[in-house]
Amino acid sequence: MAQAVEKVATSPKEHDALISGSEAIAVACKLADVDVITAYPIRPYDTVMQYVAKLVSNGELDCEYIVAESEHSQFEIVKHASAAGARVFCGSSGVGWMYAFEALTVTPALRIPMVAMVGNRALDDPGAFGVEHNDALAVRDLGWQLVWVDNAQEALDTALIAYRVAEDRRVFLPCAIACDGAFLTHSQSQVKIPPQEWVKRFLPPYNRGDLLLHPDNPITVAPQVNEDWLMEIRKHNDEAMKRSKTVIREAYAEFAKIFGRDYGNPFFEEYQTQDADVVLVGMGTLSMPVKVAIRRMRAEGKKVGFVRIRWFRPFVAEELAATLGRFKAVGIIDRDFSFGSPYTSGVLATEVRAALYPAEKRPPVLAFICGLGGREVTVPDVQRMSEMLLRAAAGERQPLTTWVGIRE
Amino acid sequence: MGRLFAVEIVYRGIFQKNLAKNISRGIALAARHAGKMGISFGRYGDSPERNGIPAKSFAVIGTDEETLQEGMAKYEPKEVDVSIAVDDTLFKGVESWAWYGLQPINRLLRPGGTLIVTSMNGPEALIPMAHRKETPYRLAILKGTPSFSGLWVYKDDHTDVRVLGAIAKVLPDLFTIDDVEKAILEEWSAPLKVTSARKAHERITTRVVSPSEGNLEKTFEFELPKWYEMREGVSIPSIARGAAMTDPVTQQTGGYRPVRNPTFKKYTTRTMRPVVNFDTCVKCTLCWLQCPDSCFDVTPDALYDANMEACCGCGVCEAVCPVENCVTMVNETAFTDNASQWEMWKKDKPAYAAWLQEKIQHKPERSHGFRYRGQYEEQLPPMMEIAGGAGPEDESDKEG
Repeated sequence: MAQAVEKVATSPKEHDALISGSEAIAVACKLADVDVITAYPIRPYDTVMQYVAKLVSNGELDCEYIVAESEHSQFEIVKHASAAGARVFCGSSGVGWMYAFEALTVTPALRIPMVAMVGNRALDDPGAFGVEHNDALAVRDLGWQLVWVDNAQEALDTALIAYRVAEDRRVFLPCAIACDGAFLTHSQSQVKIPPQEWVKRFLPPYNRGDLLLHPDNPITVAPQVNEDWLMEIRKHNDEAMKRSKTVIREAYAEFAKIFGRDYGNPFFEEYQTQDADVVLVGMGTLSMPVKVAIRRMRAEGKKVGFVRIRWFRPFVAEELAATLGRFKAVGIIDRDFSFGSPYTSGVLATEVRAALYPAEKRPPVLAFICGLGGREVTVPDVQRMSEMLLRAAAGERQPLTTWVGIRE
Repeated sequence: MGRLFAVEIVYRGIFQKNLAKNISRGIALAARHAGKMGISFGRYGDSPERNGIPAKSFAVIGTDEETLQEGMAKYEPKEVDVSIAVDDTLFKGVESWAWYGLQPINRLLRPGGTLIVTSMNGPEALIPMAHRKETPYRLAILKGTPSFSGLWVYKDDHTDVRVLGAIAKVLPDLFTIDDVEKAILEEWSAPLKVTSARKAHERITTRVVSPSEGNLEKTFEFELPKWYEMREGVSIPSIARGAAMTDPVTQQTGGYRPVRNPTFKKYTTRTMRPVVNFDTCVKCTLCWLQCPDSCFDVTPDALYDANMEACCGCGVCEAVCPVENCVTMVNETAFTDNASQWEMWKKDKPAYAAWLQEKIQHKPERSHGFRYRGQYEEQLPPMMEIAGGAGPEDESDKEG
């Protein structure tokens, strides 16, 4: 097996590189010194496996790199490796992620701190490469931590944070980093790559402790149970997910100290919300056109803000509801669909509405379905949504769900 | 508020699965003719597709729909009016594959309830096998061998309807023999089965079993832990490794006895057990090697002792043993404990030889399977005689 050559490991300074979101994730794998990586190609995730392969062949990353025969095996292999104490990485996209679904369900149940990258892609049919968030969202109820990022730097940083959170003994839950296909996975931008030393300080070794599968620690994992056992087992994961919120906060604070990049509130980013009358809420790279549109509208005196949700699981309902309660109307942009859901909106809108229900202040919520299948979310799209929000804020009745950017 | 009735049928996996279902269905159907509503179901956690595993079917009957709801959406009733054991070796206890611990056969019987068993044995042999119960209950013996009726090629021996006839006698509030007749004609269109049911109804008698009677053994069980007491990650500690055995006479140590799961033993799956003639054993290892449950302990003198806390009674050891009459499968009703045969042999060889001879001399019937081709045909006439006099010829006419 190739020995890793530490090219920049001793460098005390970070260095700039022009890399894509996928490359940033691969670089994070190298910095995190991941032990076992499995791969199976599907666009847009496959760019990560290509960059990882390159790192391995260049001798920069010393890991077991296994190309499986399917996504299901891909995720099963790392699940077992993680149970045996290896730091692991995996990933997929769209229907590939769905093909691994059985493995995806057992991974959080066994408290496996796998870190995965989901290159968001529309689910077949029809075959399409463009971004939709339904693939990653499909695991939202299972115990996966889910985080959305909107640029390559954040992808790299979040991958390092994900390892620290997932591998914390209080958590031991998998974490999927959702990266929008094309806009993030296939687009290179300037990224600061931290030195290995900083990462070593930030990321302690993975210690599986009493759950380690090893001859010296004889345990049986995942036996069959009857109705007398499962509720207690589910409660374990419920508690772990609750604890994850605390651990995420700790990790971001520590990250800011060591790396000098402070993300503020880890769970969601607020943009120009201070004096906003209305806000849009969304996840991923649609933040770019939204921010542009907001700046233009503000020039016209329209007080629109934006809340970009990073961590969808755990979902900080109380904190988000308190924030959204400050505004006169809230618009949720879903780059996903949930056919037949309440008010036939999307997953995020349904979650935000549920989060707001017990809140003291409940502004009107409008749901927007936008940017499906990788369609660009445009500045005029955002302006249209904002205008509807402003009308709702003025007390005018607006449709609860609107498809924006559809030919009609 | 009406009255809720519950009946359980305790049976052996695979062999009696259809028989048990026929009985519980028959109860629900007969109850309908008595103006009641009922449901029939198997205990969901059981694994009735596994050979000989103790499993349960239930019939829950309400005098009206709302009363019946109290017995629905449950895995099993908390109490039953009647328990039926269609294999008398189940009197030693019931350990489901679903890991509920070892349960006495009479556990669910409400005070004064009736335990019906199909058996060729009398109460003097049966009662000592069943665990003691704090409240008195009644025992009714329906004469017959464990029935495989409903399994593949086995002929219908009417055990299902004989049980229904017996229930009509011991629990007339549930349904009468006339209701049973209507249900039989509706379900099977077989007048001969009505005759069998009526004969069982006439003949069945009960005897009270008092709290001072029965097996004193404490059944193994376990506490269900709180969620925060359980290990995370769906993990449990492994069973520890085994250790050497000790010769009860010489105190010599050696061999190997694996540690086995203390809370999931499975031995109530057993309807027969191997008895071993250690004097003729050639130490070929085949029984030890082939046992699917790793039940053989290796003794310090390199013999193989079938551990009765682990043996499921499959008979593979008898089949693979190359020595004639070295391993013989004997019906479980012939034994009262799980003691080591090897230790008995070491302590007193002549006494063991006499004990062994007594156990195997009659070549008792196997609880399942046959010793030679044609044995089943030989067994049929006496079985039909017991059931009520209908000959097998009549029966085959019906089946045609």
